[in-house]
Amino acid sequence: MFRRLSDLAPADAVGIAIDGQPATARAGDSVAAALLANGHAACRETAVGGVPRGPWCLMGVCFDCLVTIDGVGNRQGCMVSIREGMRIDTQRGRREVGR
Amino acid sequence: MSDTSAGPASCALAIVGAGPAGMTAAITAAALGIDALVVDEQPAPGGQIYRATTRSPLQPGTILGDDYWSGRALADAFAASGAGYLPGTTVWSVAAADDGDGFEIGVSHEGAARLVRARHVIVATGALERPFPVPGWTLPGVLTAGAAQIALKSSGLVPEGRVALAGTGPLLWLLAAQLLRAGAPPTAILDTTPAGDFDAWRHAPAFLLSPYAGKGLSLIREVRASVPVISGVAGLRAEGDGRLHAVAFAAGGRERRMEVDALLLHQGVAPNINLALATRCRHRWDDAQLAFVPEIDAWGASSVAGIAIAGDGAGIGGAEAAAERGRLAALDAAARLGAIGEVERDRRAVAPRRALARALRGRAFLDRRFRPALADRVPSGDTIVCRCEEVTAAQIVEAVGIGATGPNQLKAYLRCGMGPCQGRLCGLTVTELIAEARGQSRDAIGHYRLRAPVKPLTLAELASMPATDADTRAVVRG
Amino acid sequence: MTATTRREHDVAVIGGGLVGSAIAWGLARLGRRVAILDEGDVAYRASRGNFALVWVQSKGLGMPAYAGWTRRSSDSWQGFADTLRADTGIDVAFARPGGFTLALSERELETRVDQLKRLHNQPGVRELGYEVMDPTALSRFLPGLGPEVAGGVYCPLDGHANSPRLLRALHTALDRMGATFLQGATVTGIERRDGAFVVSRAGAAPVAAGKIVVAAGNGNKALGAMVGLDVPVRPQRGQIVVTEKVAPFLKHPIVTIRQTDEGGVMLGDSLEEVGFDDATRTGVTGTIASRAVRMFPMLGKLNVVRTWAALRVMTPDGFPIYMQSASHPGAFVATCHSGVTLAAAHALHLAPLIDAGGLPAEFDPFHGRRFDVPAPV
Repeated sequence: MFRRLSDLAPADAVGIAIDGQPATARAGDSVAAALLANGHAACRETAVGGVPRGPWCLMGVCFDCLVTIDGVGNRQGCMVSIREGMRIDTQRGRREVGR
Repeated sequence: MSDTSAGPASCALAIVGAGPAGMTAAITAAALGIDALVVDEQPAPGGQIYRATTRSPLQPGTILGDDYWSGRALADAFAASGAGYLPGTTVWSVAAADDGDGFEIGVSHEGAARLVRARHVIVATGALERPFPVPGWTLPGVLTAGAAQIALKSSGLVPEGRVALAGTGPLLWLLAAQLLRAGAPPTAILDTTPAGDFDAWRHAPAFLLSPYAGKGLSLIREVRASVPVISGVAGLRAEGDGRLHAVAFAAGGRERRMEVDALLLHQGVAPNINLALATRCRHRWDDAQLAFVPEIDAWGASSVAGIAIAGDGAGIGGAEAAAERGRLAALDAAARLGAIGEVERDRRAVAPRRALARALRGRAFLDRRFRPALADRVPSGDTIVCRCEEVTAAQIVEAVGIGATGPNQLKAYLRCGMGPCQGRLCGLTVTELIAEARGQSRDAIGHYRLRAPVKPLTLAELASMPATDADTRAVVRG
Repeated sequence: MTATTRREHDVAVIGGGLVGSAIAWGLARLGRRVAILDEGDVAYRASRGNFALVWVQSKGLGMPAYAGWTRRSSDSWQGFADTLRADTGIDVAFARPGGFTLALSERELETRVDQLKRLHNQPGVRELGYEVMDPTALSRFLPGLGPEVAGGVYCPLDGHANSPRLLRALHTALDRMGATFLQGATVTGIERRDGAFVVSRAGAAPVAAGKIVVAAGNGNKALGAMVGLDVPVRPQRGQIVVTEKVAPFLKHPIVTIRQTDEGGVMLGDSLEEVGFDDATRTGVTGTIASRAVRMFPMLGKLNVVRTWAALRVMTPDGFPIYMQSASHPGAFVATCHSGVTLAAAHALHLAPLIDAGGLPAEFDPFHGRRFDVPAPV
């Protein structure tokens, strides 16, 4: 969906998992940016209509980039910086109460 | 500036937002010896206009332009100012303290909430992109132009494949130029700017004297030289099944369709007023800006004593105007806090006022020239208006028919505006849609009534808040 | 314009909230030409701030007639919801799965059980079938219950509905039945003229009707006085916390926690005597949140998307007032703080009585004269 203007320097590369698959992001990326850079235009199916939705504003306003981060659901992907080993899971419908 | 993540329990002046207005207010206040604290959602200062200016992977140079990198100097000055700074911290509430001494500000950082006491507050929450409710705008692959610019600034990312930029306004052209310089030119620009607004040219002389004119016109020339621009675009719609595939529109008297991988929409920006509204600051409709703006005086003081509003949140004026408004609000705060007298305040305000007037010169022209078309602001049929609750324009019109006189009754009928974004992405559309349906003014229709928390916090965080005995007795029975 | 003298409406209902709308709906279904007079978009609207329980177990201690009236409404609710759905296609999500009151201490539990016993011991109160449960028994119905819960009370008659949708269904049905919805103007006076009531409104044309129903919540005090009725209501603030939508986890409504059919979790509530101040307070919403998390610790991670405060319409004894004016026959007042629970009774039972012209003796306990105190000698 998005590409990097320059190759990632090894020092900047951060290993994450998206839906269980290993992926790489750049230190300083938000989770939403990391998803876009890894080809994910959509990050969830909505809680109301169950339709695919992806990041829209990247500035914390729209709540469209909600994802499950390290097991915690409905976090704003654009407002969370990635960390080494972070597990990011796309969502299907409403969040479960326990996660 | 000191990174006070754990943070102080109180300050004299709390500033919400670390964009040009917030940073300048902090620098000004700290220089006058005021204990100022900036609370900002982002991990680094800059706001959206100077987003990631201290940590962008892009090197200072041609891609983002000199204006962007001037933000780094401001951020450096902020860092050196001695003002307190809470990055990555969301303000979810501002409420008058029970003892009448200032405000309690609800903040949340890394999942922990607390209250910070402040005697004076400057709200510098900036702007949001105006909603662009066209068919298919909720499809993955459709983002705002601002989002693409944020991805570029903070991560060095550019959209891949065939990319259409659609809409109107200076940011659209700026982004196009930045993508072009980055070697990722958009496939096309679909310009929805309504043609033939002769009235706009009444404001042109002021614009031509403004700092924007030269830069803006050369930017547009630069883009037009390399990117196909389709003018007079109307009836824009994104098409796709679970993912954007194409953008369709009418231009030059015929229907057109382009297959695209990304569609970046933009039709101007509007003040981000949620916090000010929830704090019960009075607002009014500004028809030039097509937005609600707070009622403020020449210092930015709102209708609520002790709360000032500075920057684009007080009315769109751009980064330079925002900085000057931040300076003025800080000077007034300093006078109210007793750090300087009113005479001194007024003396220090002379230069910023002159600079503000200069920065605002030409704004009226921009507002007129890039005024989005009514049809692009007021959708119909199955087009989604409220993205959170997935409410369509037709449903809203029907609700008006059974008695929705305004946005608040609409919430009750349809849950419109009741999702997590709290009306940020539908508020303006809903007001305009109801106004058109009822034949009333936008001011008469009004905006959603908002309450804390203006941004979600967890129930555990809310549960951790202090309560008075009376608060407890109000809830616990038996 | 002859609206001031020509009776265009059989009934004018003042108040477009749940109480007024339910009564208006009942009257319109009887074929009456109904006008609903309402304020504008921003007003003190209890109907937008309620908790949407259809609740029986705690109603009527001190007034057995109220227990019976509540029960009657609860028993009528499914049919009411079915009719609304048939007429409008709107599902108001009524369910009566049985509800709970939870206690976080032995003392809270004792207080609750004692109230229920006294409620039950009143003459004429029908068996509620309630059951006091210990935490183990509760856990069978309420998965995820926290260790701090000391016990609770279950009553099979308790349920809930989707109250915003109820309001929309009523207004949609009224619109389809041809009722007139007149909004945005405050009622400034009511007078009798040529055998009709003429309601004057600020900045809008007056409305003439054969009968008047005053159902304007906390506005009833001033409006009642216009037709010779003393309606001693006062605002009582209540606050509510609402979370984001989550997958279904809670089948039964609890008096302070319920999951809506859309998925959001509503948490209540508070009783505050603060006059006409409908601001929220972090100390109160925080206490509500704290109790909810103690009852269900797993809720702690959920995001709060809204808090709300609204003003209940309270009488001195907390029970409804239904009465007709002696000085202005044909003018009725209806006021309560349980507009959702009683919606079915208002629509299906009260409206026909108003239409027939009077309230029978069984409504005597609800008359406002119960608040009359003899003047000091």
